Amino acid sequence: MIKIQVNGRNHELSQDLASTPLLWVLRDKLKLKGTKFGCGKGLCGACTVHFNGNPTRACQLPLSAASGGQVRTIEGLSENGDHPLQKAWIEEDVPQCGYCQPGQLMSAAALLASGAPVDDASIRAAMSGNICRCGTYGRIVRAIKRAADEGGRA
Amino acid sequence: MALVRQDLKTGVGRKIPHESAGKHVSGEAVYIDDRLEFPNQLHVYARLSDRPHARILKIDTAPCYEIPGVRIAITSKDVPGQLDIGAVVPGDPLLADGKVEYVGQPVIAVAANSLETARKAAMAAVIEYEDLEPVLCVEEALKKKHFVLDSHQHKRGDSAKALASAPHRLQGSLHIGGQEHFYLETQISSVIPTEDDGMIVYTSSQNPTEIQKLVAEVIDVPMHKVMVDMRRMGGGFGGKETQAAGPACMAAVIARLTGQPTKMRLPRVDDMTITGKRHPFYVEYDVGFDDDGRLHGIDLTLAGNCGYSPDLSGSIVDRAMFHADNAYYLGDATVTGYRCKTNTASNTAYRGFGGPQGMVAIESIMDHIARTLGRDPLDVRKHNYYGTEDRNVTHYYQTVEDNQIAELTAELEASSEYQRRRREIAEFNRQSPILKKGIAMTPVKFGISFTATFLNQAGALVHIYTDGSIHLNHGGTEMGQGLNTKVAQVVAEEFQVDIDRIQVTATNTDKVPNTSPTAASSGADLNGKAAQNAAITIRNRLVAFAARHFDVTEEDVEFRNNHVRVREQVLPFEELIQLAYFNQVSLSSTGFYRTPKIFYDHEKARGRPFYYFAYGAACSEVLVDTLTGEYRMLRTDILHDVGASLNPAIDIGQVEGAFVQGMGWLTMEELVWNQQGRLATNGPASYKIPAVADMPADFRVQLVENRKNKEDTIFNSKAVGEPPFMLGIATWCALQDAVASVGDYRFAPLLDAPATPERVLWGVEKIKQAMARDAVVETVD
Repeated sequence: MIKIQVNGRNHELSQDLASTPLLWVLRDKLKLKGTKFGCGKGLCGACTVHFNGNPTRACQLPLSAASGGQVRTIEGLSENGDHPLQKAWIEEDVPQCGYCQPGQLMSAAALLASGAPVDDASIRAAMSGNICRCGTYGRIVRAIKRAADEGGRA
Repeated sequence: MALVRQDLKTGVGRKIPHESAGKHVSGEAVYIDDRLEFPNQLHVYARLSDRPHARILKIDTAPCYEIPGVRIAITSKDVPGQLDIGAVVPGDPLLADGKVEYVGQPVIAVAANSLETARKAAMAAVIEYEDLEPVLCVEEALKKKHFVLDSHQHKRGDSAKALASAPHRLQGSLHIGGQEHFYLETQISSVIPTEDDGMIVYTSSQNPTEIQKLVAEVIDVPMHKVMVDMRRMGGGFGGKETQAAGPACMAAVIARLTGQPTKMRLPRVDDMTITGKRHPFYVEYDVGFDDDGRLHGIDLTLAGNCGYSPDLSGSIVDRAMFHADNAYYLGDATVTGYRCKTNTASNTAYRGFGGPQGMVAIESIMDHIARTLGRDPLDVRKHNYYGTEDRNVTHYYQTVEDNQIAELTAELEASSEYQRRRREIAEFNRQSPILKKGIAMTPVKFGISFTATFLNQAGALVHIYTDGSIHLNHGGTEMGQGLNTKVAQVVAEEFQVDIDRIQVTATNTDKVPNTSPTAASSGADLNGKAAQNAAITIRNRLVAFAARHFDVTEEDVEFRNNHVRVREQVLPFEELIQLAYFNQVSLSSTGFYRTPKIFYDHEKARGRPFYYFAYGAACSEVLVDTLTGEYRMLRTDILHDVGASLNPAIDIGQVEGAFVQGMGWLTMEELVWNQQGRLATNGPASYKIPAVADMPADFRVQLVENRKNKEDTIFNSKAVGEPPFMLGIATWCALQDAVASVGDYRFAPLLDAPATPERVLWGVEKIKQAMARDAVVETVD
């Protein structure tokens, strides 16, 4: 059995899934559908989750490599959708089609949690792997700054 | 009474958040692939042609069945009904029938208990081809008159004579690249067979009615057997107007043959390989103009690369022709559009729908004229603007009414400090031998309406339940543009209730039938009006009832801020609804709308295809490294016209996002095919769309204030989906300006689009060579 912890809950999964990317384990086995498939190559960021606290492309991480680790998905970002970033995202009217936004939020949450200074340069560096075809970048940057200003590091 | 005096907080014109914003950020918004699956769920994978043009000699699907978990493998012969799923005219077989016409055309489809199993099995099939000669290049297709549809021409005056007599004359040609939609959610449909040979179709599509019709045709049942449900798309941008149909029909055929629920989700590389893109165009021009750069005449050839089939190319090339003037009076004009057939994926709708390509052509011509005359391109542009009293008729004979391009340009020129920055940039460039700055201001005038006039209709359905809650359904589809939010605001305004009281439900062909695609920026214009019509019908019934019931006149009944006032008496909205129900008043209505005034006579190439125009302008500044061609976006200022905004938060989001997409199209997004017609840029590793760091470092977006649409549109707003896409042209022209500075602005770089760093570097080299030649000539003189 392969053990992982997802959003604080422990799971034991079949060895048959060893080579299955974490993305599909989350979506198909654990029914956590908030993490999205975008490209399957780790290049669009739609599947971003936190693995042991680091922003990670779930489509590129085989379950075997995640064994024993802690995974946090968009469903685990906050209890009631009230993480400072989630609130700021709504305040700044960020989402359009919404499909990339769980990944964007997880990358942004990792930036805030890292304790690094939040400015244009660090935001651009942290968010460059998350593409948004609706072009919501300007608002993403503003929302991250707003959340940081409002103590969103917790 | 105090409450009744207050304004509604969530009606029209307010910054209401997108109806799904909370679900978008919590991950709870359900897209097709997030829906619950069934224990006997099938997944479909299509095996694609690896030849650009070939006869199919043999298909053997027997090896597919050797893979455990496979349920069925089908070819074109297995489709129970009509094979062709062409949108307007035939030409798109669901599965290749005897021949393949591009690399990526689906040949067989395999269904299995998992997508990976289906893929393995599909690759096990044996397919043999006999190669045929492909046509891969648009210029070759144009020369051979290899077209998917007939050509069309707009003609005003005698352009040949005007060209011959003009003080100056220029010729040139230009290649404009296509664009991959790259919606983050790939094409997907999930279907469930029902009793009576019916089908429930969950699809990510801008066009539920067309999916309904095509699914009915391929499984050979009447349309009433098929129900299509569409809650939201993870991006559409035109790519899901016609080309969502393939996966929907493929899944439906397999569900029909197996009796099992079936899903088809395209892997990213397959999506990019199978589906068409924005049309690449090849442009040739011959223009005559005076010393101010004002056009006397133009002869313009617009050759769209349509790919292997017609799809929507008729209307797309038409729209390129309709926008070959952008904001300019062309003088005596001949504009000819060709629909070239090549052995590539069938190109399709993409935000702007040909309009951007027509506008890039004329903007390139403006730059060419300006460099030839040694003028600032903005001066030449302004000299050519449509007038308000004269010079205000387009080359297709529509009068440009309520033209605001000159004042809009003047306002942006002042607020962006264009003239000061233009001087400072010239000075910077004199001091800086390697890094060069460029600046450009370009206008947008975009025609609003489907040019296929009959499509300009919409329906809606409104119910009020006995608790006072309101159900709203309309024929438009939500792809992130905030359509559901805007239409709900309209209904909230008409009933004077808070938007929380209104539930917009998934677009559904059982609720509102015979809908047009959500396209041509028309979603809110059409569906907002239809929903308003339904709401007013119910409200009128309520007013008539209240007047009878309370024995007052209808003028005594007023809806305001969640209440109804009947003279001195004030009732909460839901109390009136209760009363109306018990007094047997119908609380449900359909609504309908058709756009007035518009027509187009294709024979005469004359008419008023557009109800109105939307305007905008952008000013972009860039910095170019002339040793590498790499560049940065320094600043962009935008002023854009949305009439009286239904929702400024959503509208500004549309303007920002459209600009970014337009900028990407003309700068970094390059599609490359190899000699065998295979798309080489078939994934995000090689096809780059803008990311956060590609944004202008300084980005300022404003909507035009206090300028209602003069036409009777929904609350006098204007469409916003597509028009701001073409604001991105400013970045492309700014890059050319930076390159032109290398030659002291005396030579036009004439870059093809997109202006990738590679093309910018070539442009710099071309200018240096032109200067060297010039120096030689001067020495000889």
